[in-house]
Amino acid sequence: MDTKTIIEEFKGEFMGNILEEVTKNERRVIITIKPDSLLKVADYLYKRAGFRFIIASAIHTKRGFEIHYHFSKDEIGLILNIHVILDREKPQIESLSNMFNASNWIEREMHELFGIDFLNHPNQEKLISEGNWAEGVYPLRKEFK
Amino acid sequence: MSKKTLIPIGPYHPLQEEPELFKLYCDGEIVKDIKWETGYNHRGIEKLSESKTYEQVFFLVERICGICSNSHPFAFANAVEEIANIEITNRTKYIRSIIAELERIHSHLLWVGLAGHFLGYNTVFMWAWKYREPTLDLFEMITGNRNSYGMFKVGGVRRDIEESKIPVIQNVLDDIKKKTDLLAGAVMDDPVIHARTKGVGILTLQDVIDYGAVGPTARASGLEIDVRKDDPYAAYPLVNWKVITAQAGDVFAKAEVRLLEMYESISIIEQCLAGLKKEKEGDIEVKVREIPEGIGNGRAEAPRGEVFHFVMSDGSTSPVRHKIRAPSYVNIATFRKSCIGQTIADATISLAAVDPCYCCTERMAVAYDIHSGKKILNAEELISISVKRTREIKDSD
Repeated sequence: MDTKTIIEEFKGEFMGNILEEVTKNERRVIITIKPDSLLKVADYLYKRAGFRFIIASAIHTKRGFEIHYHFSKDEIGLILNIHVILDREKPQIESLSNMFNASNWIEREMHELFGIDFLNHPNQEKLISEGNWAEGVYPLRKEFK
Repeated sequence: MSKKTLIPIGPYHPLQEEPELFKLYCDGEIVKDIKWETGYNHRGIEKLSESKTYEQVFFLVERICGICSNSHPFAFANAVEEIANIEITNRTKYIRSIIAELERIHSHLLWVGLAGHFLGYNTVFMWAWKYREPTLDLFEMITGNRNSYGMFKVGGVRRDIEESKIPVIQNVLDDIKKKTDLLAGAVMDDPVIHARTKGVGILTLQDVIDYGAVGPTARASGLEIDVRKDDPYAAYPLVNWKVITAQAGDVFAKAEVRLLEMYESISIIEQCLAGLKKEKEGDIEVKVREIPEGIGNGRAEAPRGEVFHFVMSDGSTSPVRHKIRAPSYVNIATFRKSCIGQTIADATISLAAVDPCYCCTERMAVAYDIHSGKKILNAEELISISVKRTREIKDSD
């Protein structure tokens, strides 16, 4: 199956939830979705379309908090970035860790370094700075110098 | 229920000499539960990267890991070159792949040695590390450094491999091939190693998919993924080689995959050396004027698996965001599946079987308070925290 067919099928499935699609080339596609459809989208990618979850990257930008969830379709070398934009004041989104364990640590890390809340995360403890970092200080936010 | 005994491995690993803490909760000899603590060596590399220029970031990411110090610059170069749409020269591709494969050989040899050490088989340890040495000498000859090679830059490499060096490299490769035969024989046919590693620390295919494990850890459980094949970069599409997999998912399968991969690496380097002879000497870079606005997803197959770098550029000279995912980050997390239910002695080799690299996994350090600008910790406080922590660990359970 090639990238075009995969993306067409994806778009057919989530028509109303897609905000933007950028196909850079055969192996790199970025799709911005509505944050509340993330669980459905991830479920489709992981269970039905055979994607592997690589990692997620959070970014603090002028638009608020953004997360790129990087999924890989290894057979064709495709990296599909599922991109969401979260609220600036109260960033929160559903956790994917009840679906696959691969996202468990990175969600804890994003919670710790950006202050993004992952709803229904099985165990949203600190991952890297347990017991030696101030509460409410998020080092990867842009205002942190 | 009987009281479980806590056996700590760490905060300083006695064999791997890296900071991490595994807490093994044991009932007699059997590991019933396991917890992991990290962050002892978090260096803030992702944050630091935002304050460096693209050229400087190469030197920064190279220092994430001493063993695979080439794979991070490789993935970063792939990401930045994707943003700027740069097509590198064939000679650059060959040189990059040669460095990466030499690194795979020395890293796998290092692991084989450590695995022997873990099992109490120190002959393998001594042999493997001795045979690894000529690879480091080659690095010194090619790059000027035995480690942290400083070879990569956007659009090219910093040093060429001249024609006169090719026979020297070939000689070392011939020698490594013989030594790999010897080592593979010593490991694969040894009844004691079979007894210690077969059926130990099994990861099923489903475990691997669930945790998103990569590299030899995934390939030993039958998942045929390898960035070099799946998302080809550098010289890998130009040469012939195959992805090594095994089905059993135990420690032995992981050793088998790594040993056989070394032969593939040798073959890739030989083909790259032949390729180098066809390309014009000195043609090792393309001019890069600027890095435009955009995002890049770069990945490279490190000895431990897929390294992933996400770079966001706003058109300035530094990245706006640089996310790094080392392979150990997903591989170490599988320990719950591979260790619970094992004996303590088997758990140690199961933990080591993913070839964990703790420093890759951690990237931040606490030094100053942002409000007062004062140092949060001085040496005495650090010692007192350490003493307190040890006491806590001892007292828990």
